[in-house]
Amino acid sequence: MLRVVAPGLLSTIQDLGRPGWFHAGVGVSGAADRRSFTLANRLVGNPESAAAIECALGGLRLEFPAGAIAAVTGASAPISVDGRPEAPASVLYLTGPSYLELGIAASGLRCYVAVRGGIDVPAVLGSRSRDTLAGLGPEPLAAGDALGIGRPPREWPSVEVAPVAAPTADLVTVRVRLGPRDDWFRRPADLFIGSWQAGTDSDRVGLRLDRIDGPPLTRRTHGELPTEGMPLGAIQVPPSGQPVVFLADHPITGGYPVVGTVIDADVDRLAQVRPGQRLRFRAWMP
Amino acid sequence: MSDLDIRPAGDRALLLVPAEAGTVAAVVAELRRRPVAGVRDTLPAARTVLVTLEPGARPELVEARLREAVEAAAARRGELADEADPWEIPVRYDGADLTETASLLDMSEDELIARHTGAVWRCAFVGFAPGFGYLESPRAGLSVARRDRSRTAVPAGSVALAGGYSAVYPRSTPGGWRIIGTTRMRMWDPDRREPAVVRPGTRVRFVRAEDG
Repeated sequence: MLRVVAPGLLSTIQDLGRPGWFHAGVGVSGAADRRSFTLANRLVGNPESAAAIECALGGLRLEFPAGAIAAVTGASAPISVDGRPEAPASVLYLTGPSYLELGIAASGLRCYVAVRGGIDVPAVLGSRSRDTLAGLGPEPLAAGDALGIGRPPREWPSVEVAPVAAPTADLVTVRVRLGPRDDWFRRPADLFIGSWQAGTDSDRVGLRLDRIDGPPLTRRTHGELPTEGMPLGAIQVPPSGQPVVFLADHPITGGYPVVGTVIDADVDRLAQVRPGQRLRFRAWMP
Repeated sequence: MSDLDIRPAGDRALLLVPAEAGTVAAVVAELRRRPVAGVRDTLPAARTVLVTLEPGARPELVEARLREAVEAAAARRGELADEADPWEIPVRYDGADLTETASLLDMSEDELIARHTGAVWRCAFVGFAPGFGYLESPRAGLSVARRDRSRTAVPAGSVALAGGYSAVYPRSTPGGWRIIGTTRMRMWDPDRREPAVVRPGTRVRFVRAEDG
């Protein structure tokens, strides 16, 4: 068992989401930065898909009355156990009653706290992920919440620390394949010129972007797009010309044209972009 | 040879755009009947089908298999017609927008209700919220625009019209559709094996009921 002393800005339970439910109107959701999430699980010997805590920006404080084996990955929040600093992406042995605390991240946006055995909360449609848009899965963490820890797996941690770089605070570059509706824009490749800035209203649904430098995206076609399916990483452009890039909890359908789609491998990096941070798109072809 | 445009949607999804919007349902039925290797999930919408791929699947291979499936679906058109009996959804026609909607459609409230209950509606696609199905019935002749202003909260069970579709709000969400009635039927329950009553292809008939 663990107790939430302070949830920080926003902490949710996540796993690898609920694929296969589009017919019921349900999106995949799951950890926004899947690479950091699966690393945290691997570090504690869990299956990659075990439920863990995703914490935006840091400020999370957890009490483990009976100890635990844990790992913290993702954004570069300072980590301490009972006030003692610890390394990111390392196996943390909390022997006996302990407190695990995350400070505020200097770079990156989302931290993952995996606990050996996984967070044991009821699954909804086969997943323990909180889908913040659809309102499915366990409620975001609140101070005083007690969470069960699952049965420890057979595997043991195979390394003590994973040498991963912290997410950058500088300009982030992600690769984009144009389409499916690039033909709705006058010059779709303008997307790759200059840079963009993530807005303060960005969340697990998507990153809202403002132009920093470079030409605006203007439409060639002015009609209404009939509602269509939206993939993860879709760069949807409403008439304002300010794009939204869809992250884990994005709506599964939408009515604005998608000029391009961030490739799957780069979505994790996108999920670590903080409000105010700059990013750039680069063309990708198979 | 069926006319099908396949567009990339990143490196892990494809957007299928059949030349005829009317074939979307047949395409989806075909993909469900005979799953295509490498496809994780399919999402039909008004005129397109988004197909997401399994990790590691090669889009060009999946694309070729999808083309075969769509041709098979084209050959099977018409067989789709009538599967099971439609679901019956009891409705109390007491919606806040009933009077206004009827006048926008230039008909009496009773005529609107008669048309809404007189037609079989078919779910074209789902989206917006879990269990929110876009029900179409061209014969009903109830195509009306959305409200100018969206409501911040539309109660669960609200039966509404907008943009040529009818829908039942599965849970309380903001919304701009015109509310004509209420049902007590539970459209969405994640504890059921199939949590959504309405899925693409599901047919429903609205039935006038005094207590919804």
